[in-house]
Amino acid sequence: MLDLSIAAARAALRAREFSAAELTQAHLAAIAALNPRLNAYITVTPEHAQAQAKAADAALARGEHGALTGIPIAIKDLFCTAGVRTTAASRILDPFVPPYESTVSANLRRDGAVMLGKANLDEFAMGSSNMTSAYGPVANPWSRRGDNRPLVPGGSSGGSAAAVAARIAMGATGTDTGGSIRQPASFCGVAGIKPTYGRCSRWGIVAFASSLDQAGPFARTVEDCAILLGSMAGHDAKDSTSADVPVPDFAAACARGVAGLRIGVPQEYRSDGMAPEIEALWQQGIAWLRDAGAEIVDVSLPHTKYALATYYIVAPAEASSNLARYDGVRFGLRTDGEDLVALYENTRAAGFGAEVRRRIMIGTYVLSAGYYDAYYLRAQKLRALILRDFTEAFRTCDALLTPTAPSAAFGQGEKMDDPVTMYLNDVFTVPANLAGIPGLSVPAGLDGQGLPLGLQILGRPFDEETVFAVGATLERAAGFDARPAVCAGA
Amino acid sequence: MSLDPATVRRIARLARIRVTEEEVPRLQAELNGILGWIEQLNAVDVEGVAPLTGGAQMALKMREDAVTDGGIREAILANAPDRAGDYFAVPKVVE
Amino acid sequence: MTYTIDGSSGAWEVVIGLEVHAQVISRAKLFSGAATAFGAGPNTQVSFVDAAFPGMLPVINRECVAQAVRTGLGLAAHINLVSRFDRKNYFYADLPAGYQISQYEHPIVGAGRIAIELADGSTKEIGVTRLHLEQDAGKSLHDQHPTKSYIDLNRAGVALMEIVSEPDLRSPEEAGAYLRKLRTILRYLGTCDGNMEEGSMRADVNVSVRKPGEAFRTRCEVKNVNSVRFVMQAIEAEAKRQVAVWEDGGSVGQETRLYDPARGETRSMRSKEDAHDYRYFPDPDLLPLVLEEAWVTELGRHLPELPDAKRARFMREYGLPAYDSAVLVAEQATADFYETVAKGRDARLAANWVIGDLFAALNRTGRGIEDSPVSAASLGGLLDLMADGTINGRIAKDVFEAMVETGADAATIVAQRGLRQVTDTGAIDAAVAQVLAAQADKLAEYRAGKDKLFGFFVGQVMKAMAGKGNPALVNEALKKALG
Repeated sequence: MLDLSIAAARAALRAREFSAAELTQAHLAAIAALNPRLNAYITVTPEHAQAQAKAADAALARGEHGALTGIPIAIKDLFCTAGVRTTAASRILDPFVPPYESTVSANLRRDGAVMLGKANLDEFAMGSSNMTSAYGPVANPWSRRGDNRPLVPGGSSGGSAAAVAARIAMGATGTDTGGSIRQPASFCGVAGIKPTYGRCSRWGIVAFASSLDQAGPFARTVEDCAILLGSMAGHDAKDSTSADVPVPDFAAACARGVAGLRIGVPQEYRSDGMAPEIEALWQQGIAWLRDAGAEIVDVSLPHTKYALATYYIVAPAEASSNLARYDGVRFGLRTDGEDLVALYENTRAAGFGAEVRRRIMIGTYVLSAGYYDAYYLRAQKLRALILRDFTEAFRTCDALLTPTAPSAAFGQGEKMDDPVTMYLNDVFTVPANLAGIPGLSVPAGLDGQGLPLGLQILGRPFDEETVFAVGATLERAAGFDARPAVCAGA
Repeated sequence: MSLDPATVRRIARLARIRVTEEEVPRLQAELNGILGWIEQLNAVDVEGVAPLTGGAQMALKMREDAVTDGGIREAILANAPDRAGDYFAVPKVVE
Repeated sequence: MTYTIDGSSGAWEVVIGLEVHAQVISRAKLFSGAATAFGAGPNTQVSFVDAAFPGMLPVINRECVAQAVRTGLGLAAHINLVSRFDRKNYFYADLPAGYQISQYEHPIVGAGRIAIELADGSTKEIGVTRLHLEQDAGKSLHDQHPTKSYIDLNRAGVALMEIVSEPDLRSPEEAGAYLRKLRTILRYLGTCDGNMEEGSMRADVNVSVRKPGEAFRTRCEVKNVNSVRFVMQAIEAEAKRQVAVWEDGGSVGQETRLYDPARGETRSMRSKEDAHDYRYFPDPDLLPLVLEEAWVTELGRHLPELPDAKRARFMREYGLPAYDSAVLVAEQATADFYETVAKGRDARLAANWVIGDLFAALNRTGRGIEDSPVSAASLGGLLDLMADGTINGRIAKDVFEAMVETGADAATIVAQRGLRQVTDTGAIDAAVAQVLAAQADKLAEYRAGKDKLFGFFVGQVMKAMAGKGNPALVNEALKKALG
C-alpha cells in the first residue's frame, strides 16, 4: 500500500480495495517507525489525519471523489495550517499557531487530501541541506553503498523530499525559491516541480523571497506531481502576484510524449568542473529524449553563470524585509530587553539561526544607503538579462534539459566550511527562479555510490504541460525503480 | 567593497539583530566572503538594461472597496507574547 | 511685504516646504479588507494582513487609487499611468511588518499646483512636487501603563496620500493658507475629510532659513504637526531657532524634530536618528500599478467644481467681491447653501446675510452649516418677505433671530408676531404727527437749520410704530410734514 503511486492509490480507494483510514493508518505507523531516524516531520498530526481520512471514506462511500480524496500527504512546515503549529523550522516562531490555512494547503484539503503532518525544512527555507532547521537536520533515506553515515536530503524542502522517498507520505508540498524543491528531489530520488511564478498562490506561505518563492509538489512519479499541482494551482485574489490563468489538465500532459518537441541543451551549464557522472547522466537524458522523437538543439544562456550571485543579492534583500515582522510583538518568540530596541535585538538574535541572520544582514547591507545601486539595482538588471536569455532560447526550443544539481547528496556536516560552497548547490536551479519559469526534477539514475541523481526540465512560463510531457518521457526511459535504504513498504 | 567591523555592527543594528563583540570578526569574514563572491557581477555591462523587479510580468489587479475583514480581535491577539487587555504591549517607548 | 526673521546680523528669509499626510476616504484599508472608520474599539479593525502575520499579502483597494487620481486631477497634476509601490523599512512598535508600503521612486501623481490667497488680497501659486499613496501606521499609547506602551493597529494600513509641496512657501501665513486651501480642495473632492483633530490630516514641515538671495541652507523636518495654528507656530519657532544657531556661529544639522505647543519650541527626535536608512526597494508582493487612460479621464469627468473655479463663477455670476466669494467657497457646504439662497434673489444681499447674520448665528450656537438652525430655503423665504415688502430690513433681523431660536420659517413668525410692515399712510401720518408733537423742541431746532435731526425723527417714528413702518413711506410722510 505504501509503495503505490498517488494515481494507483486513488484508483484503489475508489475501487474500495482499501479504505482511506487504512491507508492513513499505514502511513502514520510508518512515520512512527521511521521519523525518529529521518526527522522528516517536525509535527505529526495523527488526529487531523485520521479525521480527514474518515471524512474521505465517507465521501468515497457517497461516490464523491475529489482529485486527492484519501491521499495522505506531508505539508512543508512553511505553509500556515489553521490550528496546527507552523514553525518555518525557526525558533522565532515558537510558538505560533496560525488562525488561517494557506491557499495551497486549503486547495489540497478541498480536493480530499489527508495531512499527515508538517515536514521539516531549512530555517525559513534558507538552505540546501536541511542543516539549518531549528528542529534538527533531516537524514536522507538514501545512503552511500557500504557507508551508513547520514547524508543530507538537500534543501530547503528536505523533509518533504525525504518523506516521499521513504514512503512515509505519498506526496508532499514544497516551496522553491532557488531550487528548494528540485535539488532535494534530486538528492532523494523523487520527482518535484517548481511551477511558473504565479501558478500557485503564495498566500499563507511564510515568505522568504517574495519575487522568487513558488510552491510545488513532490511525488514519486511525474504524473503524481501533475495530479498534486492540479490541485495546488489556481488564481487567488488574495495574492496580487497570482496569475489569473486557467489550470490545464497537467496529468493528461504526462502522456503526450516528446515527438516533434525541440529540446534545448544550454552550453553554459557544461562547466569545466562538472562531475563526470552528472555529465554522463545528462548525455543519457539527451539520448533518451532524442530516441523518443525529440529534436535536440544547442542553445545559449550567456548570463546564466551570473544567476547564483544575482540570486544572493535579490533573495537576501527581500528576506531582510520579509523577516522584519518577526519582532516578538504579535506572535512567536520574545526575548525581553530593557527597551523596545533591545527587545527586538534580543528576540531576533535568539530566534534566528546563523544562516538566517547572515542572509538578513547581507540583504540589509545590499539595500542600505550608498550600496543599493551597486548591488540590488545591478542584480535586477542581471535578472532582466537572465530572463532575456531564456526568452531568446525558447524561440528555438520548447524546453531545456539540464542536470538538477552539481552533485549527489552529500554528508551531514559537509560543505559547511563557508557559506558560498553551500550556495553553489543551487547553481543549476536558481536561473529558473530568477526568470519565473517552471522547472521539474526527475530521478534519472544512480551515481557510482548508489545515490540518486536528477535531471531538470525547464519550460516556458505557464507551459508546465510541456515540462510534464518531457519529464514523463524521461521517467519512462530511465525506469528508475531503486529504493532508499530507509524505506517503509514492501 | 569590504566590510569593516563598524559596518558589521551598523548593519546588525539596522537589522535589529544583537551581535556580540566576539561574533563580529567571524561575521565580518563570512559577509566579506559572500560579498567578494558577488563582485563577479561587476564584470557584466548592464548599461541601458531596464531592471526586472519581480517574478510576474503582469499589471496589478485591484479589489473593490468593501469591508471584508477585521472584527477578529481575539484571533489577532491570540499569539501575542504580551497582551494587555485589547492591546499588544511592548516596553515603554519614549519619544 | 516679505516675511523675515530679524537676527543680530540682519534679516533672514524663511523657506518652507510641507509634506501633508491626508487620510483617504474609503471604506476599507489600502491593502486589506479591514474597515477604516474612526473610533472603533482597539484592534477590532485589524486583519492578519494589517498585523503582518506570516504569509499574509497585500491586495490594493481600487477606490484608494481612484481617490489619489481624483486628488491629483484636483491639484492640476500629472497622473502617472504607471507607478510602483516600494517598501520603506524601519522597526517600530506600531509598524507590524517592519516596513511601510509606500511609493518612493514612481509615485502615482507628479507635479501639480495650488493657488493660495493671502490677507493682502494677493494670490500665490505653490508647486506640488508629487502625491503618493502609502499605508498609515498603528497607534502607540504611552500613558496606559507605567512601563509599557500599548499598541492598537486599527489605523495600520489605512490609505494615506502624502502630498509634498515645493519649498515655495516663505512665511507662516503662506503655510497656513496652503494648508487651508489644500484642505478645502480635498474636502471638495471628497478624498479626505481634512479633520486635523482626528489626525486625518497631518503635516511634516520642512524649514530652513537663509539670507535673501542665498542658496538654500540645511533644512530640518518638524514631524506630525496636527493643526494649522501649530504649523504656523512651529515654523516661526523653528526658524528663530535656526537663525540663533547660525548667528552663534554654529550650523544647522539635518534632523527630525517635534513641535511642543505647550513650550512653543521644537526639539530633536533622537529616536529617529538611526532610522534614516530606510532601504527602499520595490515591494515584491505587488506588481506595477498600471492605470488605463480612459479610467482616469472618466474620474476627471466626475470631479466637482473646485473652489478656484467656483470662486471665479461667484464673482462673475453673482457679482460678488473677491473676498466674499473666497469666504463662501471655503467649504462646499457653505457654497451650496449660498447658492440655494441666492438663486432667483438678490445675490449680493444673500451673500451679506450668509456671511453676516448666518455665520454669526452658527458661531453663537456652535453649529456647522450642515446642521444650521436656519435652512437655506428658510433664509431664502426671509429674503423673499423683504423683497416683496412684507417686512423691512430691521424687522428681518428680528425675524431671523426668531428663526434661529424656534426653527420656524419666516412667514410663520411674521404672521404669529404681527411683524408685517405698515404701509397704511394714515397710520404713518398719525405716528408722524404724534412724534412731532411730542418733540417740539427738536422740531424747533430742525426748523432752525439742524437738518441732521431728520434721521432722529425717522427713528422716533419707527420706534412709535414698533419698527414696522415701511421706511420709504415713513421718510416720505416726514418730509411732507416737515415741509
